[in-house]
Amino acid sequence: MKKIISVMLAGMMAFGLMACGSAGGAGGDTIKIGVFEPSTGDSASGGKKEILGMQYANSETPTVEAGGKTYKVELVYADNGSSADKAPSAASELVGKNVALVLGSYGSGVSMAGGPKFDEAGLAAIGVTCTNPNVTAGNDYYFRICFLDNFQADVLANFAMEKFGAKKAYCLGENGNEYDQGLVAFFTQVFEAAGGEVISDSFPTNNSDFTSYLNKAKSENADVIFTPVSIAYAKQIMEQAASLNIDIPFLGSDTLDDNMVLEATKDTNLRLYVSTFYQEGGSDTFDKGIKDYINNNSDALTANGGNDTISAVTAMGYDAYYVALEAIKAAGSGDKGAIKGAIPGVTWNGVSGSIAFDSQGDAVRDTAYIKTADTATGTWAFEKVQTGSAK
Amino acid sequence: MTEKKNYRPTILLIAGLLIFVIILENIRSVFPWLPQIFDPMSPLFTVLKKAAVYSLVAVSMNLLNGFTGLFSLGQAGFMLLGAYTYAILTVPSELKDQVYYLFGGCAFQFSIVDFFKGIFGAGGAGGAFSMVLGCIIALILAGTVAGFFAFLIGFPVLRLKSDYLVIATLGFAEILRAFFQWQRLGPITNGANMIKGFPTFSSFNITDGSGRTILQLSTFIPFLVTTICIAIIVLLINSSYGRAFKSIRDDEIASEAMGIRLFSHKMLSFVISSFFAGVGGGLFAMYVANAQAKAFTSTMTYELLLIVVIGGIGSVSGSVIATFLYVACSEWWLRFLDSEQYIGGFKVPLLRNGFRMVVFSVVIMIIVLFFSKGIMGNREINIAALLDRKKTGKDKAKK
Amino acid sequence: MEYVISVLLSGISVGGQYALIAIGYTLVYGILRLINFAHGDVFMVAGLLGIYLTAVLPIPVSLPLVIVFTVLLGFTIERAAYRPLREAPRMSVMISAIGVSYLLQNTATYVTGGQPMTYPTIPFLSDTVNVAGTQTKWVVIITPILVLILVTILSMLINGTKIGMAMRAVSKDFETSRLMGIKINLVISVTFIIGSALAAVGSNLFFTNYPAITPMAGAMPGLKAFVAAVFGGIGSIPGAVLGAFLIGICETIIKGLPSSWDVSVFSDAFTFALLIVILVFKPQGLFGEAAADKV
Repeated sequence: MKKIISVMLAGMMAFGLMACGSAGGAGGDTIKIGVFEPSTGDSASGGKKEILGMQYANSETPTVEAGGKTYKVELVYADNGSSADKAPSAASELVGKNVALVLGSYGSGVSMAGGPKFDEAGLAAIGVTCTNPNVTAGNDYYFRICFLDNFQADVLANFAMEKFGAKKAYCLGENGNEYDQGLVAFFTQVFEAAGGEVISDSFPTNNSDFTSYLNKAKSENADVIFTPVSIAYAKQIMEQAASLNIDIPFLGSDTLDDNMVLEATKDTNLRLYVSTFYQEGGSDTFDKGIKDYINNNSDALTANGGNDTISAVTAMGYDAYYVALEAIKAAGSGDKGAIKGAIPGVTWNGVSGSIAFDSQGDAVRDTAYIKTADTATGTWAFEKVQTGSAK
Repeated sequence: MTEKKNYRPTILLIAGLLIFVIILENIRSVFPWLPQIFDPMSPLFTVLKKAAVYSLVAVSMNLLNGFTGLFSLGQAGFMLLGAYTYAILTVPSELKDQVYYLFGGCAFQFSIVDFFKGIFGAGGAGGAFSMVLGCIIALILAGTVAGFFAFLIGFPVLRLKSDYLVIATLGFAEILRAFFQWQRLGPITNGANMIKGFPTFSSFNITDGSGRTILQLSTFIPFLVTTICIAIIVLLINSSYGRAFKSIRDDEIASEAMGIRLFSHKMLSFVISSFFAGVGGGLFAMYVANAQAKAFTSTMTYELLLIVVIGGIGSVSGSVIATFLYVACSEWWLRFLDSEQYIGGFKVPLLRNGFRMVVFSVVIMIIVLFFSKGIMGNREINIAALLDRKKTGKDKAKK
Repeated sequence: MEYVISVLLSGISVGGQYALIAIGYTLVYGILRLINFAHGDVFMVAGLLGIYLTAVLPIPVSLPLVIVFTVLLGFTIERAAYRPLREAPRMSVMISAIGVSYLLQNTATYVTGGQPMTYPTIPFLSDTVNVAGTQTKWVVIITPILVLILVTILSMLINGTKIGMAMRAVSKDFETSRLMGIKINLVISVTFIIGSALAAVGSNLFFTNYPAITPMAGAMPGLKAFVAAVFGGIGSIPGAVLGAFLIGICETIIKGLPSSWDVSVFSDAFTFALLIVILVFKPQGLFGEAAADKV
């Protein structure tokens, strides 16, 4: 028995080695774009939707012309597992596969953990929806096409005051999550500077009981509840808020722009407003194309949570792909050094707005979309285009 | 066992191994036609670095679990302490404001590396020397802080037996994590944000004036530190203290009757194990280039425990071998299980995201159930004996 | 006042759910001296089974089926992963338990794709009710009552039946009861069956209240339930239940403390700190028997 098992184990190892040996080695007419996204772990839902946008863009434009030659574009995936511990090895897997540049990731923590690897390898990475300021700071090779957390928090704080005349805000974030805590801190700065009052709480990781927090917000008479949390928690919070019948408006960051959160608000009295990168209806051709793509492809449908509502991250993934193609065109080849040099000069008019890079490598963006959950139909309704405070 | 051990072949072999690592990571700059795998950025070297770091922690865990019989699952907590100590001490002063941007700068402006740069000069050899010295001292302090905390919590928890010790140390690690993530402590720990910008393994690469790397040392450094630390642990295990540890493991009552002071020996083992876990934590921070409490979960401890079990509880060489196998499998060799594969147009069923970890946990269960001794049991690779055997042709291993 | 009631209500309901898991821990620990790390994950798997089964079958059929499958799972785990190690050192069995926990979590990640799954709404239990001015779900009210009923039945089983007597005997002295002709393996199987069944009921209540299930959803409740079992005195069922309620209530009170104190993040840490304090000062727990070899 033992012998058989050890032989089996050894066989598996050998098979594994063979598989690595056979990987890699693409032809000269292919340019590989690395996709550095989580497809497991707590950000998997968002990562998959972002990949979806890239896949659709890739199916739409599978080739790129650079330096008078047509290259086939191949997407190469590495799962960073939503964890800063797995991210470096996923990053070096991409480096090892000789990709020309990298797109991703959803989630700032993994981008920051993988960033140094790209920096070291001289490989440019274009962040799609990693909004933490520290992703590009101190890393010459990281760029991004989305707005930053301080901008997003600013937008939401202004929205809260303009729309609801809010004086008191209750903020809830996950303890130890730099995304949540960063947004809460920026929100607090803006809101308090404008004379408001902020109460904030953090919940421990893997927490599932949010009723105490929600009841607290209610008993404190908060005017708005700001919950910039990851999707799984947002879903819990919405479901529990519905059972507690909380009528205080919820404000969410870009992570809450997700089907799962939307579903949780359906047929309830909740009022949920999220700031995001893209609103369905922004580009009719894109909307139609991606919906067809999702509906005709069962894997894509599963990745999108079983329906064809377009997440903003999908649009961002789509735009990121085209920015990458522009960079390749500008570089005139698939050489990673040339592409890195070309990115700062790239401009692209994407479905989520026009994209250009500043000296830090961040996208120049001054507007965010605010949308609200239509609880009767279970869809997102456009609320307004919000700009930040005048600077 | 009474015969005097011949350490010379072992030392030579390890020195040879270290030199081999340097050659391995530089070989492609000499022979650029070599396959991609020899590129210093390839998964091979990522795996080697991570495994070097993990093997130190695994051996430190084995010292406690395998050699002293104290079952503790606090390893991640001590690594966390080490990682933060190292990170806070070595982030350059000028970067602190940027790293601690949410808290308006760090309450702790001191940076060990800058301190030495003040003495030896910031540029050229002086700068390099200050960085190396700073990192070494920071790593030692990382271990010391972890050891100190172990000493503190050792008083209550080491009086507990077996499973209760397990759950108490596990709980301690969770408490630590919550504290380090607390926004109130932000000016020191940077709250939820990661601390970054400190010297990492790549900082040890020797570059020329234009910033081009002339000698890669980024894989060699973790190997060197780990080797030194493991050597110290092995010396400890072979000393009279080590024998006392083993006798505590085998029979507490009997060893107490033989005059071994149980509590102080347990404490010693616990503090030393935590010291090296702290150093390992510092190395881990260098490996991932950041320090963030989120990474040091109980899952990490479980992973380390499984490594120790696979290698054989009570075998240092087993732990090291198991670490390299485990890390290579989970980070590299078995990654193909996570994506769809085609063999001659036939789509292999079941392969999709997450399958790697399923296969992996099944393999681990098989090892736990059917090969409970692990790879090495409680034996060690005896290099001297191996060489001896080759020379004389006598089959020494058989006896 | 309304706020205080709402905090207490959720504390009691969380406590009740922990109690149902804690009983599984305390029974298994009492007999095998094994911290069954996989128990929390069995609880999570029961939740996932609930999702998949209610998707294809009507609720009155699927919920009993969930219990049946969970019991099967618990039984299989014991047979496959713990029984072969019966003669091995205690630590090997615990490592095996950690291995099973790892396997269950990874399998759940594989099956669900790592996405949070929504637990179905169960008629009546999911409906809202108004208690002294605060809105809540019926399940919050039902949980403590159901826990009391189940514990009473369980106590009757343990104190009044032959198998119960065997369980008590085995937990007192494993070797001697084996010599007395008690079928140890049968007793252990029954223990796992009871524990898993209660975990399945607990998962139904828990996930009706907090309807998102991730592969890690069982880990934290599992650990806390274990702390509750230790708190109450390991091996003692009323102790585990009381411990669970106390921990549940303490936890929600900490979460509910004023935000300006900024201590709500320590709700989990508190549980573990409590554990260390208990182990050091009163290792036998609230109701445990003082035994020299236990701690």
